[in-house]
Amino acid sequence: MAAADELAFHEFEEATNLLAQTPDAATTSRSEPLTLQGHVAVAVDSGGSYGAEDEVEESDKTAVLDRIRGSLLPRPGHNFVRHHLRNRPDLYGPFWICATLAFVLAISGNLTLVLAQRRDPSIHYSPQFHKVTVAGVTIYCYAWLVPLALWGFLRWRKGVRERVGPYTFLETVCVYGYSLFVFIPTVVLWLIPVPWLQWLFGALALALSAAGLVFTLWPVVREDTRLAAAVLLSVIVLLHALLALGCKFYFFQPLPPVHAAPPPQATSLPPSVLLPSTAPRSAST
Amino acid sequence: MAEAAESPGDPVTASSRPLFAGLSDISISQDIPVEGEITIPMRSRIREFDSSTLNESVQNTVMRDLKAVGKKFMHVLYPRKSNTLLRDWDLWGPLILCVTLALMLQRGSVDSEKDGGPQFAEVFVIVWFGAVTITLNSKLLGGNISFFQSLCVLGYCILPLTVAMLVCRLVLLAEPGPINFMVRLFVVIVMFAWSIVASTAFLADSQPPNRKALAVYPVFLFYFVISWMILTFTP
Repeated sequence: MAAADELAFHEFEEATNLLAQTPDAATTSRSEPLTLQGHVAVAVDSGGSYGAEDEVEESDKTAVLDRIRGSLLPRPGHNFVRHHLRNRPDLYGPFWICATLAFVLAISGNLTLVLAQRRDPSIHYSPQFHKVTVAGVTIYCYAWLVPLALWGFLRWRKGVRERVGPYTFLETVCVYGYSLFVFIPTVVLWLIPVPWLQWLFGALALALSAAGLVFTLWPVVREDTRLAAAVLLSVIVLLHALLALGCKFYFFQPLPPVHAAPPPQATSLPPSVLLPSTAPRSAST
Repeated sequence: MAEAAESPGDPVTASSRPLFAGLSDISISQDIPVEGEITIPMRSRIREFDSSTLNESVQNTVMRDLKAVGKKFMHVLYPRKSNTLLRDWDLWGPLILCVTLALMLQRGSVDSEKDGGPQFAEVFVIVWFGAVTITLNSKLLGGNISFFQSLCVLGYCILPLTVAMLVCRLVLLAEPGPINFMVRLFVVIVMFAWSIVASTAFLADSQPPNRKALAVYPVFLFYFVISWMILTFTP
């Protein structure tokens, strides 16, 4: 009896330490010490997740920053969902990362035009506000419809082969949302008008982002047939690459030629017209 | 007056009797008038006040609302910890500011449609949809501010940026050049900081402490986008 009491008291101390760090960890402040202790003790066992009043928006500043850091540094054995989300997805991260990315894309694209105009005054500058709409729609559709398709596909495959449960829809959205975070600094760095540097940054961001996705999906997919796993993973990486390329070409168009073509139509010109005129330009800058 | 009921609370003898068992035995032997009028001394005056706001001239109504809006403008320009913005929220001020901003962001010459600045509808949608999204976000994060109070605060705090837009338009009347741009940049940055300070002064208190940064970041993004629209305006 005395031993059990000592054990109980020790757990409560741990609970108070945890609570001191994060004051909102308790579900309700009306709970008695006994139930509180029991609840937090269970939470400590399952890897330190905190009880939440609202399952959808369980987040505080440290949790969100921790998840962002986890998406920036994917490691092979490190499953984003199990390790960082701990089966408690939040919608704050994906939503605001997408919003930030959409606006940063539009703003950086506009800034590129400003910088290009300062070098070549014949370019006609305009705010190009419609690009904000395009960016927003593209990013949000990508970050919500592709996880929907992926989740649906995984559920369908789960019917084919018995397997440990796949991720819920919210977890998939969370993974995709946080994986898009690495593009935000990349897009800002794309302002530097050195083409090979832009491609380098783009490739780096794509590698990090796709690696995070692949490492997260690997445990779920590896029990499937080889063919299905390979196809799924390559489709995911391909879609991600398409997004990155599309953003680069639409928002950061290559420098327009000296001919009097307005900038929005620069990409529709044949590449043979583009290349000879950009080569001497980049050499002169 | 009335016959007293046996007191039900006697612990020694009432152990076997339910509470208030004796109440039904009360009878009123005399006629006590139980009808009458309840007169409130202020009642007639209140009724007069109500009808007077219906019957007052339009000018009075408009001036009263305008004064309320003006008072809130002062609160935004000199942000102090006060509850006026929160307590008597109204959406007239945000509407006036949003329409003014959207009108001022219209360009004089009509460029090709795709290549211009923000259309009126785009500014409107960004301001109102952005404010609604931020309010929903702060409510989901556990803030204890009501929906319309938050809309009111966010809308009123666009005032510094509207002033910046006015100044930018005036500055753009002069000749273009780097100095022109630097002046506009400086004005927009100062007003942007003012907006953020004003809105966080009102909104940050309603959040639990470890989620303040999470609630303030969308406000930052919102005013940043509006500042960007103002800065890139070219007539």
